[in-house]
Amino acid sequence: MQWEIVIGLEIHAQLTTASKIFSGSATTFGAEPNTQASLVDLAMPGTLPVLNAQAVKNAVKFGLAIDAEIGMTNVFARKNYFYPDLPKGYQISQMDLPIVGKGHVDITLDDGTVKRVGVTRAHLEEDAGKSLHEDFQGMSGIDLNRAGTPLLEIVSEPDMRSAKEAVAYARTIHSLVRYLGICDGNMAEGSFRCDCNVSVRPKGQTEFGTRCELKNINSFRFIERAINTEVQRQIELIEDGGTVVQETRLYDPNKDETRSMRSKEEANDYRYFPDPDLLPVVIEPSFVEQVRSELPELPQQKRERFQSEFGLSAYDASVLSASREMADYFEQVQRTCGDAKLAANWVMGELSSLLNKSDIEIDQSPVSAEQLGGMILRIKDNTISGKIAKMVFEAMANGEGDADQIIEARGLKQVTDTGAIEAMLDEVLAANAAQVEQYRASDEAKRGKMFGFFVGQAMKASRGKANPQQVNQLLKQKLDG
Amino acid sequence: MHEKTLAELSAALHSKAISSVELTEHYLARIQQLDGTLNSFITVTQELALEQARAADARLADGSAGPLTGIPLAHKDLFCTRGVRTSCGSKMLDNFVAPYESTVTQRFIDAGAVTLGKTNMDEFAMGSSNESSFYGPVRNPWNQELIPGGSSGGSAAAVAARLCAAATGTDTGGSIRQPSGFTGLTGLKPTYGRVSRWGMIAYASSLDQAGPMARTAEDCALLLQAMAGFDERDSTSVEHPVPDYSAELNQPLQGLRVGLPKEYFGEGLDAGIANTIDQAVKQLQALGAEIREVSLPNAELAIPAYYVIASAEASSNLSRFDGVRYGYRCENPTDLMDLYLRSREEGFGAEVKRRIMVGTYALSAGYYDAYYLQAQKIRRLIKNDFLAAFEQVDVILSPTSPIPAFRIGEKIDDPVSLYLTDIYTITANLAGVPGVALPAGFADDLPVGMQLLGPYFSEPRLLNVAHQYQQATDWHTRAPL
Repeated sequence: MQWEIVIGLEIHAQLTTASKIFSGSATTFGAEPNTQASLVDLAMPGTLPVLNAQAVKNAVKFGLAIDAEIGMTNVFARKNYFYPDLPKGYQISQMDLPIVGKGHVDITLDDGTVKRVGVTRAHLEEDAGKSLHEDFQGMSGIDLNRAGTPLLEIVSEPDMRSAKEAVAYARTIHSLVRYLGICDGNMAEGSFRCDCNVSVRPKGQTEFGTRCELKNINSFRFIERAINTEVQRQIELIEDGGTVVQETRLYDPNKDETRSMRSKEEANDYRYFPDPDLLPVVIEPSFVEQVRSELPELPQQKRERFQSEFGLSAYDASVLSASREMADYFEQVQRTCGDAKLAANWVMGELSSLLNKSDIEIDQSPVSAEQLGGMILRIKDNTISGKIAKMVFEAMANGEGDADQIIEARGLKQVTDTGAIEAMLDEVLAANAAQVEQYRASDEAKRGKMFGFFVGQAMKASRGKANPQQVNQLLKQKLDG
Repeated sequence: MHEKTLAELSAALHSKAISSVELTEHYLARIQQLDGTLNSFITVTQELALEQARAADARLADGSAGPLTGIPLAHKDLFCTRGVRTSCGSKMLDNFVAPYESTVTQRFIDAGAVTLGKTNMDEFAMGSSNESSFYGPVRNPWNQELIPGGSSGGSAAAVAARLCAAATGTDTGGSIRQPSGFTGLTGLKPTYGRVSRWGMIAYASSLDQAGPMARTAEDCALLLQAMAGFDERDSTSVEHPVPDYSAELNQPLQGLRVGLPKEYFGEGLDAGIANTIDQAVKQLQALGAEIREVSLPNAELAIPAYYVIASAEASSNLSRFDGVRYGYRCENPTDLMDLYLRSREEGFGAEVKRRIMVGTYALSAGYYDAYYLQAQKIRRLIKNDFLAAFEQVDVILSPTSPIPAFRIGEKIDDPVSLYLTDIYTITANLAGVPGVALPAGFADDLPVGMQLLGPYFSEPRLLNVAHQYQQATDWHTRAPL
C-alpha cells in the first residue's frame, strides 16, 4: 500500500521583549532560579496581569509578515490545569479570538520548487516555569524565571506531506521570526520549540488518519528524524492490523523512537474561558499600518530582489536569503566588490563549506564580509586568479589578515606582464620540444586536446601566478605560429 | 468619641480637640472590650495602628494632613497588607503574610489613615451571612444571635458597633450593601473599575469591587475619594476622571426621578421591610423626588447567572492555592497529587469547595455553552435592562434584602435559600453599575437597608440622594448595644 504522510506543526516562539508578557520581570535566559519572578509571576494572591504592548506589536508584525488577518479584537483566555510550574493554576492564552488569523508562508523545497503552507492562526500566551527534578532528593524544584515569558504559538494547516517539508516549513518560520527580530530562534535554549502532528493515510484517501502529536522537539534534525520514526511506527502498526490512537508522544533522540506520553482520554479538559482580569485587546487600524511601515524586508521580498536586482538564480537567491545574517553578509560582500555573481559564488561555495566544516554560524565567520569582498576585488582587477584566491581565502580564514596583506606577504600577485609571460612560455616550450613537435604535426581536433597540457605546464612554471587568459592567448600564438 | 461620624472625627482631629493616638487607643480599647463576642476582627494591628496614629498626629501638627489623616479604619481581610496576615477568612491563608500592599490600603496609608486591623469575612468572600469564615461567625451588634450579613460581615459589625470609624468592604454580589443593610450602615459599591483590584484577593474578577462602609453618605464620600482612581496595575480599572465626591452632597432632590422596579416588590419580600421602604419612598417624595415604576424584566435570571459566572471565575481564581508556594500545605504529602488533593481538601471550607465544583462543572467541555455562555447572555440582558431603566429614571430604589437578618445557623444547611437572599443586590454587579445601601428605618427592631442604584459613574448622585435623605432622617444615627 502507498501511504501519504500528513503533517501539521505547532511552533512556540518566545518573543524577544525586555519584560514578561503580563509582568515587569526581565526575561533574560539563564539567571539564578527564581530571581526573575515577580509577585505576578509567583501568582501571589491579589495580583493581576497587565499586557505587555511590545508582545502585541511583535505578534502583529508576524501576522503582517505571513499576510494574515489581524485579530482587531482579540481576547485572552484562561487554560486551566494544575502543575507546579504553572503558578496560577491556569495559563493565560488565547482561544476563540487569537491575535493572528489565517495566513500563509511559501517554503522552498530541496529541488527548488516552492510550496505554499497555510498558517491556521497564531496566538499570544505566557510560558510556564520549569520543574527541576535533579538535586532535590526525592523532591522537585520549581524555577519560575521562565513563567510569563511571552510566546507566540504558530499553528500550521496540515499541509505538509513529508518530514523534509515539515523541516522546510519550520526553517522558514524560524528565518521569518528572526528577520522580524521578534524571536532569537535559539532552539537549544527553548526559544523556538516545535510540536508535530503526524498522521498517515492510504494514498488517494481524502479523510485524514488519526494523528499523534510529537512534543517539544528542539532541533531541525530531530524534527525530520522524529517524524520519519513516527510515520514508520504508524504504518507498521496499521499494516499489522492495528489502529493509531490519538495521543501525545515524546521523541527520544537517543533511542530514535517515540513513546506515549498521554492519550486523548487522559488529556485535560482545560476549561477555557475569557480571562476576566484582561480586557479584550482592541487594535486600531492605524497601529497596524504603523507596524507595517516598520517591517523589515522579508525573506521572500529579499529573494525576489536578489533575482531582479542581481540577476541571481532562484536557487541562489533562496539560499542567500535563508537567514537575515546570511543575506546581510552576502549584501555586504556585494557592496564591497560590486559583483553579485562572484559574491554569491564565494558565499555559497568556499565560505559555506568553511562554516560547515567548522560547524559555526555565518555571524561567527572568521572571514568578514568586507574581507571577502576585498579579495573578490583583487580577482576582478586580475591581481590574483580564482585559483590563487582559494589560497588567499584559506589564509584569511586562518587569520593571516586581509587579501592584500596575504597577496603581498606571499608574493601571490598575478603576473600580467606580457614580456615576462612570453619569456616563461618560451622556457616551457623549449623544455617540451618533443610535445611541441607533435602538436604542430597534429590536426585541429587533436591540437585542442594537447593545448591543455601546455597550459598546465605554463601555470605550474609560474606557480599559478601567470594570468590564465594571457597564458592562453600567448601560447596559442606561439604554438600555432 | 466613638459616637462621632468620620467627618466629625476628622474635624475634631484637625481642630486638635482629640489626637489620633487618643482616638486609636479608644477604638483599640473598644475592640478589646467588645469584639470577643462580636468576632468582627481576625487580626488587630495594635502596634501598627499606634505607630500610624503617631505619624498622623505629626502630619496634623505640621499642616500636611488630609481629611482621613489619623482616622482609625479597619480593612476586610482580603486586602493584602504588607507584613500583616491576610487570611481571606480561610484556613488556606491562615499563615499568609502578604509581601505587598494592595492599592486600596496603600491609598489609605498615603492619606494618613490608621489601620486598626483586618476584619472577618466569609471565606474568600463567598457567603451572605459571614458564617463560612474559618475564624467563626460574626455576630450582628443589633442582636448577637443574628448574622451581620456577608461577606463583609466583619467590617459591617465593626463599624456598627463603633469599633472603628469606618471600614473597607468588597462587593461581588452584594457583600457591601447587604451587611450594611443588616447593621444600619451606609455602604457603597462603586462602578466596576472605579476602584483598583490590585492586591484584593479575587473571588470573581469581573464582579468584585471594593468600596467604603461607614455611618453616613458623607463619610462614604470621603472614603471613596481616597479609594477611587485608575491604577495601571489593574487592567480593568477605568481611566475616568475622579470627581469631588463631597461636592454634590447638598444638592436638593427636586426633580429627582426615582424608579421602583416592579420585580423587586413582589413575592418573597418581608412585609415589615416593604412597609419601611414605603415610608422611605414617601420621605424622598417629600424631598422633591418623583417616583416611577420601572421594570427590570430579566431580574429573576440574575441569581442563576450570578452563581454560574461567579463560581466559574472563582474555580479558576482559587487554583493558585495549591500548597506549593504559600498558604496551607498538608502534612507529609506522598506525591504531587496527594499534595494538591489534601492541601485543598483540608485548606478550603465547604462553601468554597461547593463553588469551585459548581464553577468547574459550568466551564467543563460539553457544559460551557449551556451554563457559562448562557449566563453571559443573561448578564448582557440585565445590563440592557438597567440601561433602559436609566433612560427613564435617575436612580433605582429597592430594599437591600428581601428578609431581615436571620439567626446564625438558620440557613447554613440550605445554600440555595441563602443564595436567594442576594436577589436585589446581584444585578448591580452583573451590570457593573454603582449602588449605595443606607438605613431606611427598622422592622422588628432590626435595621432595614434601602438600596439606590445609578448609572455608571453616578456615585456623586447616589451619595447626594443618600445624604439628603440622611439630612431629613435619623436612622443612620441609631446605634446598637
